[in-house]
Amino acid sequence: MDIFLQQLINGLVLGSVYALVALGYTMVYGIIELINFAHGEVTMMGALVALSVIGALALGMPGLPGVLILAAGLALAIPVCVALGLLIERVAYRPLRNAPRLAPLITAIGVSIVLQNLAMLIWGKQYISFPPVLPQGRYEILGAHITDVQIAILVLTVLIMLGLILMVQRTRLGRAMRATAQSRQVASLMGVDVNRVIASTFAIGSALAAVAGVMVSAYYGLAHYYMGFMLGLKAFSAAVLGGIGNLGGAMLGGLLLGLIESFGAGYIGDLTGGFLGSHYQDVFAFFVLIAVLVFRPSGLLGARGIERA
Amino acid sequence: MSALLAVSGVSKAFGGLQALSDISLQVNAGEIFGLIGPNGAGKTTLFNALTGLYTIDRGEVRLNGTRLDGCKPHQVLKAGLARTFQNIRLFAEMTALENVLVGRHARTHSGVLGAVLRLPATRREEADSRARAMALLERVGIAGHARRLARNLPYGDQRRLEIARALASEPALLALDEPAAGMNPAERAALRDLLLQLQHEGLTLLLIEHDVKLVMGLCDRLAVLDYGIKIAEGTPEVVSRDPSVIAAYLGDEAL
Amino acid sequence: MPEGKRPRWLVFGLLALGLALLPFLVDAGLGRSWVRLIDLALLYVMLALGLNIVVGYAGLLDLGYVAFYALGAYVYAWLASPHFGLHLPFWAALPLGAALAALFGVLLGTPTLRLRGDYLAIVTLGFGEIIRIFMNNLNAPVNITNGPQGINLIDPVRVGDMSLSQTQTLFGITFTGAHLTYYLFLLFTLALIFISMRLEDSRIGRAWVAIREDETAAAATGINTRNLKLLAFAMGATFGGLAGGLFASFQGFISPESFNLMESIMILCMIVLGGMGHIPGVIFGAVLLTLLPEALRYTGDWQRNLFGQIYIDPADLRMLLFGLALVAVMLYRPAGLMPSARRRREFADAAE
Repeated sequence: MDIFLQQLINGLVLGSVYALVALGYTMVYGIIELINFAHGEVTMMGALVALSVIGALALGMPGLPGVLILAAGLALAIPVCVALGLLIERVAYRPLRNAPRLAPLITAIGVSIVLQNLAMLIWGKQYISFPPVLPQGRYEILGAHITDVQIAILVLTVLIMLGLILMVQRTRLGRAMRATAQSRQVASLMGVDVNRVIASTFAIGSALAAVAGVMVSAYYGLAHYYMGFMLGLKAFSAAVLGGIGNLGGAMLGGLLLGLIESFGAGYIGDLTGGFLGSHYQDVFAFFVLIAVLVFRPSGLLGARGIERA
Repeated sequence: MSALLAVSGVSKAFGGLQALSDISLQVNAGEIFGLIGPNGAGKTTLFNALTGLYTIDRGEVRLNGTRLDGCKPHQVLKAGLARTFQNIRLFAEMTALENVLVGRHARTHSGVLGAVLRLPATRREEADSRARAMALLERVGIAGHARRLARNLPYGDQRRLEIARALASEPALLALDEPAAGMNPAERAALRDLLLQLQHEGLTLLLIEHDVKLVMGLCDRLAVLDYGIKIAEGTPEVVSRDPSVIAAYLGDEAL
Repeated sequence: MPEGKRPRWLVFGLLALGLALLPFLVDAGLGRSWVRLIDLALLYVMLALGLNIVVGYAGLLDLGYVAFYALGAYVYAWLASPHFGLHLPFWAALPLGAALAALFGVLLGTPTLRLRGDYLAIVTLGFGEIIRIFMNNLNAPVNITNGPQGINLIDPVRVGDMSLSQTQTLFGITFTGAHLTYYLFLLFTLALIFISMRLEDSRIGRAWVAIREDETAAAATGINTRNLKLLAFAMGATFGGLAGGLFASFQGFISPESFNLMESIMILCMIVLGGMGHIPGVIFGAVLLTLLPEALRYTGDWQRNLFGQIYIDPADLRMLLFGLALVAVMLYRPAGLMPSARRRREFADAAE
């Protein structure tokens, strides 16, 4: 029972991070039907920028409370990521909006290579550990452990998601986004500034990525220039699992994928009689992705079909 | 006359919308059969159902006695039913000649080995296909454009190319979805002549068309669809006097 | 055109001579390490030609292509190394690797047939990663792949008594292993170019392009899209598997790290940058992208000349520049650097 509960907690926390990154993919895809291949790298940049700020403050002003240091890290990471997202949209995607579909995919790949190597030049190839500024509380419930960091991740994720849903449902921008997702042409005829809406979508997605990047590095205690790749891939899987283009789907898909991975890693040894071990953890995301795309291509909550004949 | 195409009791629904309800009709060998009706009546849906793009919910389709329902599109074509599309679907980045050569696919057989080694059988087949394809381009009047990319052809020529591509598969029945759409009067006249000539050579034609003059002058028999239901069938004179047809068209007009 | 024929043969003759002398010219001009690089470039030409069948002709965006490369390499390593104690000759191990890759091409292709575009890309990417993760971890409980350490001491290709990994003297000329490998790879490359060209201009090739252009219309024109897509996957995988086997014999050592996603992306970039579906473009793209990162190593010299010292390690800088180049080419030449002849012909027609 305690293992079960522990995996549940771990899975939910991991899933929260996936969900936040997945939202970025799903919002962009919903609006311009493009896999923003560089989104994972934006997450990575967010994590590394925040870590630099946090490290510098922890060293330079040791008296500052940890939460404040963390907030300062986020306060710089978010604008950096937003600027990055806007730049990517402007340089790599906007000029190719009407080009063959392969072209923006290749530029997206190019941008990820650039970001990854830029990060490697700035921060080096080594793992960067998260400075010990966060509360280290650890609580026991029914034999399972949960830490302050995990609680913070869960609470913050719930708040962000509620905010995002309110934004999309209630604000002018949210309405414009939904209209653009339905049909770019019609939206622009109705007076929606489509370019602005698309840019805003990238900005919001990138801000979420910054938060997720900080979360994931706080959770594992590490950051690395290469961390964006796998994270991005998994988050994309989560978005597809939930039904790409659907915000609720990305949230659900992220949580489910976190749980699948966590339980999969916990039980795969028993299930295969010890033949496969927990280092196959990364495989689950892909199996889930393939199974979903093959058997239910529109995802769990997706209404729109992929294939419009 | 014997029935070449026998459609009986075909129904198809999309969600709650009944696109085709219990459609039955027969197209006799050697005739030009028209399919008319207001927009959204289900004409193209029927085409898609006949050619295997949609699976039908109920009913039966036979071509020369062979069951077509449940067949995949390529099997339908191989059985002898070729078609064109309302919104022209050519292979845009291929030349006109190549488009027609693709139409030969179902009637040719050479595989990877034959292609790589250029075996004698493959050479013969290829030469034959090219000769036939050129003849077909000649036939529809666009031989001069053989080496141009399909997407760069003028609209009317694209329509003609699509017909040539369909003819390349040596069909028994050619189904044309609004072949005259977007053509000017001269092009329409040429199309009319071409279709009559094809009929004269023994081809059977099934035609969706909005141009009433063209349909009335060309078709031996007609069926009228409205809201997925066949409301009339017969010779052009009989159909044009049918009160339900008049009502359907007037109703459509009134909108 | 009897007049036109002689220059054509002349061109072929000069090309053949140039290709025959190339390793010696490169050796003399740029150094021995560049000969190995040319070998590598030929390997990538083979891979790019294979992926070109899948992506360029049939229009199936495959981001997991490297899986077939890996399969070919591992099969070769299993059959010709001390790992299992098997030492099959290359003419047996190589086709077996290619055949297994083709089989996997069909197996992996089958569930993805309904998917299009980006979705296919992501699923194939997933397949590629799954294969890599398995290769990384299938060292326990039964040691099949030797995990991240990879398989070592793979047999080089032998022709008669002659090993292609050692320096040989023939007719008084000294050939290093890299030189000999060059001729072997060139032979295979030319064969694959020949196969690609013949396929492109055939009933099969036209059917592939038709599927790429409009799948529904292709089906309605009598093409069994399912079989032809699987054939494209299988053909592409065969090329990949073959290249993998050659790579294993050439390198003598393989590990899962050689077969990561970046590799798949690189091969895709080669064909897109060069000009998709256009054989000379694909070859050009493959050679360019193999040599470019090496050439970018010279940025170290430029830095020293310009600033008097090296600020950024050229090895770190080259991938950054590579990424920028990728974006720039796509923005300014979306059809690739060497678009297909039919496009050029189209321009000529339009000018008439």
